[in-house]
Amino acid sequence: MTAAAEVGVEPLPDVPQQRARSSRRSTGLWFLVRKLFGAATSLLFMLVVNFFLFRVIPSDPVRTLARGRATTPKQVAALTKTLGLDQPLPVQFLTYLKNTATGQFGVSFQYRQSVGSLLIDRLWPTLALVGTSTILSILIGLWMGTLAAWYRGQMFDTISTTGTIVLYSMPEWWLGLILFFLFAVGFGPIPGVFPIGGLIDPGVNGSSVHGVLNMAWHLTLPVVTLTIAYLAEYALIMRSALLDEMGEDYLVTARAKGLRDVLVRRRHATRNALLPVVTLVALNLGFIVSGAITIETVFSIPGLGLLTTDALKIPDYPVLQGAFLVFSASVIVANLIAQLLYGWLDPRVRL
Amino acid sequence: MTEPLLDIRDLHVTYRTLGGSVPAVRGVSLSIQPGESVGVAGESGCGKSTVASTILRLQPRTAKVEGEVHVLGKDVVRMRWGRLRVLRWAEASMIFQGALHSLNPVQRIGDQIAEPMRLHDATVGKVAAARRVGELLEQVGLSAARARSYPHQLSGGQKQRVMIAMALACNPSLVVADEPTTALDVMVQAQVLDVMTGLVRELGIGLLLISHDLSVLSSTCDRVAVMYAGRVVESANAGRIFDDPQHPYSAALAAAFPRVGDPKSRYSPAGLAGDPPDPQRLPTGCTFHPRCHWAIEDCSRIDPRLEPAGTDRTDRMVACIRAGETVGEAT
Repeated sequence: MTAAAEVGVEPLPDVPQQRARSSRRSTGLWFLVRKLFGAATSLLFMLVVNFFLFRVIPSDPVRTLARGRATTPKQVAALTKTLGLDQPLPVQFLTYLKNTATGQFGVSFQYRQSVGSLLIDRLWPTLALVGTSTILSILIGLWMGTLAAWYRGQMFDTISTTGTIVLYSMPEWWLGLILFFLFAVGFGPIPGVFPIGGLIDPGVNGSSVHGVLNMAWHLTLPVVTLTIAYLAEYALIMRSALLDEMGEDYLVTARAKGLRDVLVRRRHATRNALLPVVTLVALNLGFIVSGAITIETVFSIPGLGLLTTDALKIPDYPVLQGAFLVFSASVIVANLIAQLLYGWLDPRVRL
Repeated sequence: MTEPLLDIRDLHVTYRTLGGSVPAVRGVSLSIQPGESVGVAGESGCGKSTVASTILRLQPRTAKVEGEVHVLGKDVVRMRWGRLRVLRWAEASMIFQGALHSLNPVQRIGDQIAEPMRLHDATVGKVAAARRVGELLEQVGLSAARARSYPHQLSGGQKQRVMIAMALACNPSLVVADEPTTALDVMVQAQVLDVMTGLVRELGIGLLLISHDLSVLSSTCDRVAVMYAGRVVESANAGRIFDDPQHPYSAALAAAFPRVGDPKSRYSPAGLAGDPPDPQRLPTGCTFHPRCHWAIEDCSRIDPRLEPAGTDRTDRMVACIRAGETVGEAT
């Protein structure tokens, strides 16, 4: 008799199934709770930083608003009182917390309008711009990176990798300016085809079909700029992540099973390679939001970015606080989604 | 008349590298009859895994393959890709070296086992595949509920059992096991080997088992071929090759694994000095002669051919000019 027969089959291969299943479900739930708690903590931290951050800006909003007009010290004092800036800082902080809790974020210094409604008006052009270019850059970038890795060293890889490195090294506002001059203003023999700014032509009804198409036309160049600026990074990271996976033994197994090359790539390699990419995409959302600020300025899109740059000149504290909170909340939420997605993609993370 | 499951004829595999071409396999012939278990032994780098990889044509692109590899009568080397994909796993499957890395870390093992079934037979539905996965897992001594686990939730031995279950998924006629137990500890190693050889025998599957451990091969296989520097140097009945090796290299391999209760093997110097030769700078004559205790002057000039030798010459082939003489002295 061999040694194996004496030992018999491995003694403890399985936990009772009932217990195993319930504990699996609770680890999933616990994972979710932990991640939600982490996101909430970051948001609270941002809430505090948000208030003090903009008060560090050296210029005084009252003087900026009163500039160019003859104002008596009395009028200045009255304006300071209206804006609530005569109160001590802790009181201002409490007011800020109260205003944030109501969702209105107070009244804009510059527009004398509730910041909440101002943000909602300006939110959706930014959402359309950032959302579309994020999705496009992810789709195109990952597709390019996958093909470049799979056909490493061949024509497509050489062209795409060289191209993406060039694009990766360009700041997005600079790329935006180049595209702006080439295709909106016109350069030499090239006529300016695209609108030079704004979201919609004056007099066009934004809720009609014509209006929507008109807006899409206005958003084309900015979306192309942000897409090109960000797809490069995704393509490079996807390429290197997939190259890492391509040496793995389980791909040999998949090939030995008789899977076509395309299926080996799609079913086995890509999903593993996506893990580092997901994290990067979420982290990048912070940058793409800041990219939106400069791009909206270049193309005069009346979104949150342009609102922020205009507010910075005052500085219009309530607007800045509101916009900044929206930006940071979106980054935190994107990271939360990334972590949940990561847990779904990689079962090892769920532990 | 039965057709052999696997018939390798004069196989040469050369890797093209930046430093020149590396001949990894230099004229290996090997055959497996239905239901037969054949072992291939040898040190790392002797070309045994390269031989295994050519059976499903899994060798890297840089490898140049010459010769013939017939699986169920069809030459894999010259096969079209479409035909090859149909053959892979359905007719011949593989159990890989490191099960630890040979399973996809982000897929449930049940899905991984079911994948080739549904790929090779479109009529197999999800439910039928799941039922078959459960059966297979139970055959290798795991519970059917394990199908929902991910590889990281299993131990090394369990993963290797999953690999065995996966290899049997499509009822292949031939299973190639490339060092299936290398990464496992001795106890688990014995269990896994037992499960594998038991199933292979029960289902009448042909097995090509590759290992560096001659004692394992001699206890689990019908025939064993010993490889050195890309060639078969001795092939014989499995029991005989361990007890009565004719080639000095086989003798050294056999001596490397001491037998329990044999004081002679306990005190005799085990192992072999030196490393296998660099395939790009092979010694002249017999490639083994620089490490051989029995080498004579002629060994550095004459490249011995694999010829029938020894007392059981109908069943034994040895490539050594001193074959027959060295009997008794080698051990």
